[in-house]
Amino acid sequence: MSISQTAHVAAGDVPAGNHAAGGQPTIPARRTLRRDRKSRSGAAIRAALLFLLLTVLFVGAWQMATSGANDSGLAPTPAETWQRLVDVLSDPFYVAGPNSVGIFWHLLASLQRVVIGFGLAAVVAIPLGFVLGTSTALRWAVDPFVQILRPVSPLAWLPLGLALLSDAEATALFVIFMSALWPILLNTIDGVRGVNPLYLDLARTVEADRGTVIRKILLPAALPSMITGLRMSLSTAWLVIIAAEMLVGGRGMGYFVWNEWNKLNIPSILVAILLIGVVGLVLDRAVTAIQKVVPNA
Amino acid sequence: MPDTTAHDLAGSLPDPKFLHLENISKGYHHKNGWNQIVGDTDIAIEEGQFVSLLGPSGCGKSTVLSMIAGLTEPDEGHIWLDRHPITGPGHDRGVVFQQHVLLPWMTGRENVLFGLDSARRNLPRAQREELADHYLETVKLGHAKDRRPGELSGGMQQRVGIARAFALQPKVLLLDEPFGALDALTRVDLQNELLRLWESERRTVVMVTHDVDEAIVLSDRILVLSHGPAATVTQDIAVPFARPRSQDELNKDPRFYDLRAALLSSLTAPTTDTA
Repeated sequence: MSISQTAHVAAGDVPAGNHAAGGQPTIPARRTLRRDRKSRSGAAIRAALLFLLLTVLFVGAWQMATSGANDSGLAPTPAETWQRLVDVLSDPFYVAGPNSVGIFWHLLASLQRVVIGFGLAAVVAIPLGFVLGTSTALRWAVDPFVQILRPVSPLAWLPLGLALLSDAEATALFVIFMSALWPILLNTIDGVRGVNPLYLDLARTVEADRGTVIRKILLPAALPSMITGLRMSLSTAWLVIIAAEMLVGGRGMGYFVWNEWNKLNIPSILVAILLIGVVGLVLDRAVTAIQKVVPNA
Repeated sequence: MPDTTAHDLAGSLPDPKFLHLENISKGYHHKNGWNQIVGDTDIAIEEGQFVSLLGPSGCGKSTVLSMIAGLTEPDEGHIWLDRHPITGPGHDRGVVFQQHVLLPWMTGRENVLFGLDSARRNLPRAQREELADHYLETVKLGHAKDRRPGELSGGMQQRVGIARAFALQPKVLLLDEPFGALDALTRVDLQNELLRLWESERRTVVMVTHDVDEAIVLSDRILVLSHGPAATVTQDIAVPFARPRSQDELNKDPRFYDLRAALLSSLTAPTTDTA
């Protein structure tokens, strides 16, 4: 009875029905938006809970795997590792000898090498990228060198560096330089080549000189691509420095890891891995922050 | 300076060959052979005239404009501006591009100044800024000149483009389908704006368009280009309407419709004259 009545009303009053249908969507839309925001924060809470659960499971599994095993000292428990982390971080600035120093000095040494090597690579690669990006003949001439040298592991340069520079510190910088060079160079070339050709036509019609074209057109147009290159280079450099320092020795996170391995101090290695990861993350975020400041092309 | 000399030689009458495309032609290699874009063409444009090159899309009219701009070199023939040969791009020609071609990292004002700073570097900075502000005001962008192109509508972007070209105060303005990318209402708006601006300072203008109405409303003279390949001028029509013009007045004039019909049929008629 009631069903047929509603059907009758709907069929008999088409315009009103249309009005209702036309007026209604605003309300569900607003509801959807609210539900969206709600589900977003809901997802964040669920993710946080899931993260906690995974952490507990991971630590639990780690605990189970290490506590029962016969203790050769090579499989530290979570508690031992945590204790080591607290120890390492509680006195990061001590200096007991030329190579026996706190974790801060190791981190500083690694960062210093990365920043210097990366900086040198940027100083060389960015102008070179502009030259190669604007000159087709030069780019084609240099391309075989780039294509062959780029896939070479930066560590392959290490013995060459030791032989030619006969200095461990300079060799480490050289290796970082070689690893940071290619991403900056190739991305700068790409950025310069990707400039809208109409911008260059415009520059020609107003007779802009070369310096103006570089400053006002090529540089801003290529900037986003250059920053991508810098970001890739910095993370590669951070990857490579650890391995390079294991071989070169002295001070630095790589040396620290290798030294702790020689002392069979596995908890220290785990602590070092954690710190290397955190610093790498911070470095990447720092460059991304620069990217956000740069006006969008 | 050469401006006035030319005037004096011609007895202060406008030079009938102020811009002269002398038997030019242009083509390029194509994967299936040679593609002749512009056939043997001779065009003389009087100083202070507004001339439209009207032709179907892809007929090579933009190539003609590009050759006047000096961005493309003709295979044969020469182009003369004010009795000097054109050998490359130069600031005596101001170009309004089809897409506005504003630098996205500069504000509207900075874009206008970018042109002025290079093209009119002999002027003091203050005077360049004055010119930029004056022309931005003229195209009614005074309030929005410090916005970046991304924050401007399509019509406003092209207004900046027009201000940039006019601010150079060039001998010739080259407009390459300047309103092609705009919606119909904005287009009419900007056509009126350009009409007003041009009638206040009559510069020599060459405009490329495929819009018949636009050509009639704005031009003193319409050159109809044939369908490519080997496009050339097939008709040379003087537009009889008095200035200052208004689109509304024209809409009431029966001659407007006659001219419009004639132009439309000449554009759509199959041209069988292949070289």
